[in-house]
Amino acid sequence: MTQIDATTIWFIIIGLAIGSFALRFAFIGFVGNRPMPPWLLRHLRYTAVAILPALIAPLVVWPSATEGQPDVARMAAAAVTLAVGLITKSVLAAIFTGAGTLYGLLYLLG
Amino acid sequence: MAITTPKSYFWKGFRDGAPFVFVAVPFGTLFGVFATEAGLNIIQILAFSATVFAGAAQFTALQLLQEQTPTAIVLASALAVNLRVAMYSASLTPYLGAAPIWQRACAAYLTVDQSYACSMIQFEKEPEMSLPQRMAYFFGSVTPITPLWVFATYLGAVLGTQIPDSWALDFALPITFLAMVGPMMRTLAHVVAAIVAIAVAILTVGVPFNLGLLIAGAAGMMAGAQAEVMMERRKA
Repeated sequence: MTQIDATTIWFIIIGLAIGSFALRFAFIGFVGNRPMPPWLLRHLRYTAVAILPALIAPLVVWPSATEGQPDVARMAAAAVTLAVGLITKSVLAAIFTGAGTLYGLLYLLG
Repeated sequence: MAITTPKSYFWKGFRDGAPFVFVAVPFGTLFGVFATEAGLNIIQILAFSATVFAGAAQFTALQLLQEQTPTAIVLASALAVNLRVAMYSASLTPYLGAAPIWQRACAAYLTVDQSYACSMIQFEKEPEMSLPQRMAYFFGSVTPITPLWVFATYLGAVLGTQIPDSWALDFALPITFLAMVGPMMRTLAHVVAAIVAIAVAILTVGVPFNLGLLIAGAAGMMAGAQAEVMMERRKA
């Protein structure tokens, strides 16, 4: 794995620390009791649900561990994790069944 | 149950927030492992977890750093992942916005998925709660996970280099995030947002600097917001 230089890492840590606090403080600190435009809230509502899958999708289709070759075990594990999460609404149940599927298939397919 | 003092609300928050330890500890440990493998030292890893205090954003930053993404894009993408805490901040404001500034600053630092989820349920259930009671409940709900999050990160950082490739930890991040996504699909608009984001992310893989992530995220957000508007119109 390539080495990341220390200055960059510290820059990212400090930048993220300040940025994350600013995001959290933005409304409760600055806005106080004033109302916010509905269109803004409407977009903010879908950030997590859009960005997290967007980050994961390429890692599922082209996994780094197999040098970008699509991999049955990883695809199946992703599908099971998502399905169990949708059905049970439980993050833990989804993680355990997803990991179980991954290890089971990696073992079976060698 | 008749509880009235802020102190008893603190403990009620503590009890309601305690189960989240089972999510935060493995997630924190994973971050420690992941960060060690990326070449960060223990001080950097602990500073990361303690100051940023947002697992998903921390993972995003590390993932992009390893792909040699320019620093500005790493920051923008990780903060985009964290945009949801701005939404939490916004929706907590009507309940906590009148508190003293130092309390609001502390609450801001501790605004995470768990404290937000617990507090909103509680504040809506008991609208007659006073401001000090609400603050006490909010702080109670994050008290179990805050120290354990940092400790779990430390644990992961120490274990990190000893974990063999056969454990397929490369896929721990996708599984954890996908597991978080399932329960978020509360309405059709959420599903639309996710599907559009995934499709755009796949199509924009070739875009330099991993900008595809930001493009896909923005597309998903707009699709979700648009779907919500259309669903409301149909209802009306």
